[in-house]
Amino acid sequence: MAEVCLKGLEKRIGHTTILHPLDLTVRDGEFFVLVGPSGCGKSTLLHLLAGLDRPTSGRILFDGADVTELEPRERDAALVFQTYALYPHMTVRDNLSFPLRVASGAQRVDRKGKDIENEVQRVAGFLGLKSLLDRRPRELSGGQRQRVALGRALIRKPRLFLLDEPLSNLDAQLRSSMRTELRQLHEELKITTIYVTHDQTEAMTLGDRLATLDQGRIHQVGRPHDVYAAPANVFVAGFLGYPPMNLLQARVGSEGIAAGPFQFTVPSDLPESVRQQGVTVGVRPEDVMVGISADRHEDGAVSGVVRLVEPAGPTCWVTCDLLDRLARVTVVGASASGYSPKIGDAVTVSVRRPAVHLFDSSTGQRFGSV
Amino acid sequence: MVPRRTSMTGAAMRRTLSEKSWGYVLAAPAFILVGCLALAPIAAALWLSLRHRLPILAVDEFVGAANYLDLLSDDRFWAACRTTLYFTVLSVTIELVLGLGLALLLHGLTRRPSPSARIAQVVTILPWAVPTVVSAQIWLWLYQPDYGLLNYLLRQAGVVAASVDWLADPDWAIHAAIAMDVWKTTPFAALLLLAGLKAVPEDLYDAARIDGAGWWERFRMITLPLLMPIILITLVFRTMDAVRVFDAVYVLTGGGPGNATETLSIYAYKTLFQSLQFGYGSALATAMFVIAAALSTMYLLLLRRHLREVP
Amino acid sequence: MIRPTEERREAGSYSDFRATGLRWVLLAVVMLFCIGPLFWQAVTSVKPDADLVRLPPILPAEITATHYERVLLGSPLVQALANSVVVAAGATVVSIVVGSFCAFALARLPIAGKSIILGLILVTSMFPPIAVISPLYLVMRELGLRDTLMALSLTHAVYALPLAVWLLTSFIRQLPSELYYAARVDGCTPLRALLTVILPLARPGLAVAALLVFIFSWNEFMFALTLTASDATRTAPVAVALFPGLYEIPWGDLAAASLVVTLPVAGLALVFHRHIVAGLTAGSVKG
Repeated sequence: MAEVCLKGLEKRIGHTTILHPLDLTVRDGEFFVLVGPSGCGKSTLLHLLAGLDRPTSGRILFDGADVTELEPRERDAALVFQTYALYPHMTVRDNLSFPLRVASGAQRVDRKGKDIENEVQRVAGFLGLKSLLDRRPRELSGGQRQRVALGRALIRKPRLFLLDEPLSNLDAQLRSSMRTELRQLHEELKITTIYVTHDQTEAMTLGDRLATLDQGRIHQVGRPHDVYAAPANVFVAGFLGYPPMNLLQARVGSEGIAAGPFQFTVPSDLPESVRQQGVTVGVRPEDVMVGISADRHEDGAVSGVVRLVEPAGPTCWVTCDLLDRLARVTVVGASASGYSPKIGDAVTVSVRRPAVHLFDSSTGQRFGSV
Repeated sequence: MVPRRTSMTGAAMRRTLSEKSWGYVLAAPAFILVGCLALAPIAAALWLSLRHRLPILAVDEFVGAANYLDLLSDDRFWAACRTTLYFTVLSVTIELVLGLGLALLLHGLTRRPSPSARIAQVVTILPWAVPTVVSAQIWLWLYQPDYGLLNYLLRQAGVVAASVDWLADPDWAIHAAIAMDVWKTTPFAALLLLAGLKAVPEDLYDAARIDGAGWWERFRMITLPLLMPIILITLVFRTMDAVRVFDAVYVLTGGGPGNATETLSIYAYKTLFQSLQFGYGSALATAMFVIAAALSTMYLLLLRRHLREVP
Repeated sequence: MIRPTEERREAGSYSDFRATGLRWVLLAVVMLFCIGPLFWQAVTSVKPDADLVRLPPILPAEITATHYERVLLGSPLVQALANSVVVAAGATVVSIVVGSFCAFALARLPIAGKSIILGLILVTSMFPPIAVISPLYLVMRELGLRDTLMALSLTHAVYALPLAVWLLTSFIRQLPSELYYAARVDGCTPLRALLTVILPLARPGLAVAALLVFIFSWNEFMFALTLTASDATRTAPVAVALFPGLYEIPWGDLAAASLVVTLPVAGLALVFHRHIVAGLTAGSVKG
């Protein structure tokens, strides 16, 4: 168990900055998720944590001790690779026992053969691998290989558990069952876990807290629900949640904020800079209602035409073109109950308040909601 | 091998010639060439080995296994065997060990593409491309007692008092030949092993570092086992080449001084083309083949479990 | 694949830096080992005769072109070079054509006894050439090809065939089989499909195989020594080995001759080294 602290951690290669100086604290025993699109630097961050690479500047602290210059084994951190990195020429048993059989500096433990075998049996039983101990990796399915990789990481009882997109190579069904297993594993073992993924669903369902990364910068850290409900900026707002949040360019006028055909009241604390530069209005599809026209004309409801329908269980995600004098505006919303949308339908689109987020167009920062 | 539909006309045959028949037709030229110019002579050689054939004395008679029996009691044959085996074992071992070292070096350097890495890779192939006789000439000149560079450098370094005539010394000549072979072949072995090294996924080394393995353990428990198939192939092919070595030794020493560097192929060459004993010479060559095949089979049997573990 | 993996190798701590320094030193030693002898030969080839017989100096004060002159103008070396070109070119053409046909049959067509064919081809490359020389010589005499370049060319082609077939078979196997089937469905005979679809796509593999056969033929010594009898037919390696020297070996001329003979194949190897290594390791690494 360890609390992980990153202070001013930066990684540059040549002229490219992979990670801008960042600070982060992961609490002891926490399941922490790093989420971001491909190329945002999350894998680099993980490798820095594991000790496979050295930062350009900054420090890494485990439980207050500076581990920045320590070798991987000396940090007592385990890493599960995206490709599992199982030793192809060794049996499952030998793969699992490898960390125990290998000598190391600070953590040298004199293990006798019997002790090692006991440990292997323990971990194999824990992960359901007992019947596979004599097989080679190439004889295993994806899910089984996953579990061997997990076992190899856990057999050392590390104080930090790092996972690099471990589920991305599995098919959808297996992915969701493994998600549950990983959560259960964490409940039982309570090891500080840092989990890296590009899948925002995984991030939302697995983490105690999460951090969103983009282009080497952390945009927001917090509990999934909090980050979802109050995204710090346009990137976080658009990245978390499916379908992605609708983002509309808006002008601040005398009557209010005009985003396409929608009109919103101007909040009293509207920053002056925003008044000049412009506002980006964001509203999640689940807060946009699409219904048949002519029922009622609520305040602020506008007319639109259905362009695309995406069934999703009890509701449908409906992409509509809104009728606006100036430009074509497209939003995605949820169909009202009882209504089955078809392409070409004339519909009424309304927005639930106060679920509308307001972002500064120039900086992307969120400053309020209506 | 001939298509069965022989009764049809040419045009019809073309239309209905099966794929299988086409296969035989296309493979035929290779088969004919190999058959005439390789298999037939090999068969003839085997046949000759069962005869006494001395054209000068107009002797040509079937003698069964007599040549082979004579071989077994031929001291010169056994000496040649020892020389050949000594040459083979030493050369191949040194080439593999040095080649592996060189390959590891190149692998470490070529991880990031740089002009020096490219130069390194390019230069390593030169000794392989040089004709063996040319490399023998080069080393003849280096070994030269009076004006050769090697002796000069050794004298300057104080290692030897006076020049050594390496190739005229029965104890040193074979080692001189081995050194030349090592020069020529090590870089090539290194390139083969380098390809094997590059095929090992980097992830495995990362995982091993995290698991706590130091560089020696990573080498012993990951690199070597995964490199075994290609080490084996290199071993087998190099052994076959080394047992049959001819060009290098012929130009370097001609088998001398005396018979100190007389390998099996030189002995066979002299028997065939100098004393013109075609029967005995063929038996010698067949013995060479058997020895080479036996050695290779031995390697394969000893190390076949490594071949099965190819990922 | 995770992008950082390649870039990660760039960074390092102090120990990495020291290790890098050591590696460069070792590499320099290795480079010395590989090129050193060749460099010395080059130096020798431009040393005036007087300097050749005494050391020091290692490097000559002035260089001369007399050795090259003598070798290129006065000796049978030029003829030998021409012979080598003819023999190697001929061997390459025959080997590649015959080899590619056979490789195609082995890779794509359902003939029986593939392993037997491969086995036989393998055996021919394992048998000591020394034994086959006299029967081969007799065969050539029967065919009326005694002491001709064609005899040597054909011999080289045959003994390079195992290499060519092995390389080309694995190369053709890697081409998508759908292409061949598509050509068949379009109405081609297997031969037509081979010539119009497969071979053009196999150009890289053919090039590598041709390269290797050419280099093999150029450097080949034993058959060249025994199947040719006169200056008119001798190839370059043989000419170098039998370099004339009445009383003393003319080391300078010999050095020049040996370098001239090496230059073509060395040049090819330098330019195409990546292809050569790729070709030779393709089969063995994949297993």
